[in-house]
Amino acid sequence: MTAQAKRRNLLLDGLAQIGDAGLFLPTLLAAVPRSLRYFRETVRQLWFVGAMSLIIIMTCGLFVGMVLALQLYHVLEIFGGTASTGTVVALSVYRELGPVVTALLFAGRAGTSITAEIGLMRATDQLSAMEMMAVDPVAYVATPRFIAGIIAMPLLCCVFSAMAIFGGHLVGVTWLGIDNGTFWSNMTSNVDVWKDVIDGVIWKGLAFGTVVTLISVHQGYTTPPTSEGVAYATTRTVVASSIAILAIDFVLTAFMM
Amino acid sequence: MLGYLGHPMTDAIASPESAPAGDALVRVRGLTTRFSGRAVFDGLDLDIPRGKITAIMGPSGTGKTTLLKHITGQLAADEGELWVDGEDVARLSREGLFKLRERVGYLFQNSALLTDFDVFENVAFPLRQHTKLPEELIRDIVLTKLQAVGLRGAARLMPSELSGGMARRVALARAIVFDPMLILYDEPFVGLDPIALNQVLKLIRTLNETLGITSVLVAHELAAIQQVADRVVLIANGKVVAEGHPKEIADDGSPWTRQFFGGEPDGPVPFHYPAGDYAADLGLGETA
Repeated sequence: MTAQAKRRNLLLDGLAQIGDAGLFLPTLLAAVPRSLRYFRETVRQLWFVGAMSLIIIMTCGLFVGMVLALQLYHVLEIFGGTASTGTVVALSVYRELGPVVTALLFAGRAGTSITAEIGLMRATDQLSAMEMMAVDPVAYVATPRFIAGIIAMPLLCCVFSAMAIFGGHLVGVTWLGIDNGTFWSNMTSNVDVWKDVIDGVIWKGLAFGTVVTLISVHQGYTTPPTSEGVAYATTRTVVASSIAILAIDFVLTAFMM
Repeated sequence: MLGYLGHPMTDAIASPESAPAGDALVRVRGLTTRFSGRAVFDGLDLDIPRGKITAIMGPSGTGKTTLLKHITGQLAADEGELWVDGEDVARLSREGLFKLRERVGYLFQNSALLTDFDVFENVAFPLRQHTKLPEELIRDIVLTKLQAVGLRGAARLMPSELSGGMARRVALARAIVFDPMLILYDEPFVGLDPIALNQVLKLIRTLNETLGITSVLVAHELAAIQQVADRVVLIANGKVVAEGHPKEIADDGSPWTRQFFGGEPDGPVPFHYPAGDYAADLGLGETA
């Protein structure tokens, strides 16, 4: 096969995956009423993809905020604007870094585990066994994870953003000596709850949560039932989610400006 | 009683209206399935009698597991009709299919136990999904089924803690939890030691006799089949090539049974997968 043919196949395969995932979305949504029966399973998944992701989200949020404050302080110092450090940290985190970095971490931590878990269930015939027990695996396995991902992502974005601002405060106020009152008052007067927090953290979080969990669940559900198939599906989850997050972020930002 | 299919199918047999007639719980007519252009079934006709243990045998890749998937509606055929207990599987809605599956047990080759749940919860799973029985009753039913397969004491073990034979017995307990009319066993003897194999054999026979369950076994082990089956169906080349009593079918003299039961490497089922000219593949034609 020529290099050109390989590239064409890769492109066609990618387009086919996007189309297939798009077709899978109505199946998931149609199964939502049936999956309400499995409320406990949804809560269990919420715990797994949400609560169990807290440590990595909080840790990364803290360090992102700290490094952001450190970098901004030294840049703003050139213009004599160090008092704005808190504001710039908050705007960067709420509008972009919070939702985007959270989504990337979420794809790596929760998305891959969703894909691998469902993929292994496929490979070991557990999904077929459910079908044979007259239990709809889309409603029992896929949809609860999908719902849990959509709920968890905005919440994790909030936690990440809070920790990032806390990290910024630690570096800016405690270490670099910015006045505590200036840090908070500048931030609160320049950050708009609706435009920055709701649009950035909540709406972007919801969008990224939907896309990442859709990709994760779809990759797991359609993976070839082999160990190699599960490995590829897990990799594709991270790659496709990362590209989708950044592309959707650009589109959403353009619309929100 | 020996006999070959391939007899002309009468209109009365072929018509859907006549499907429930007779003692056949599963009736297959003219089933044709193709994978990538290759016909796995080519007008397969088959009856599975009610209340009996029928073994489906045949060379590897002949479509035995595919047939089970057709029976349970997991896979649609390209042509032909298939009735289970008088219901045309291809025409059932998803709800109808699920209703049918509640009356059919399926034992997967790898047991397919739910790895997140322990043995008790695996067996209780169908009950919890389809009934609102009180917890005490679910407990009693599950323990009864586990007792039947000899694993009541393993109720709290996880699937990862079970041997292959134990996992197969747990899967069997789960398959019979609703007292189904039909159980489909996909290679139930693979990988079992003689003790576990005999335990599974005994269970299949006991379930058939005590509950009157119709059983369909897909297996290769003739010695085991001879102990347990009432009837053997040999499938090859997409059709039923022989059927009869397990102790008689091996001696019926047909080339198919002679090769399959005699373990001959070549015969009607060729040793070589269809291929082009060997010499040409090796490039000998060009150098000569």
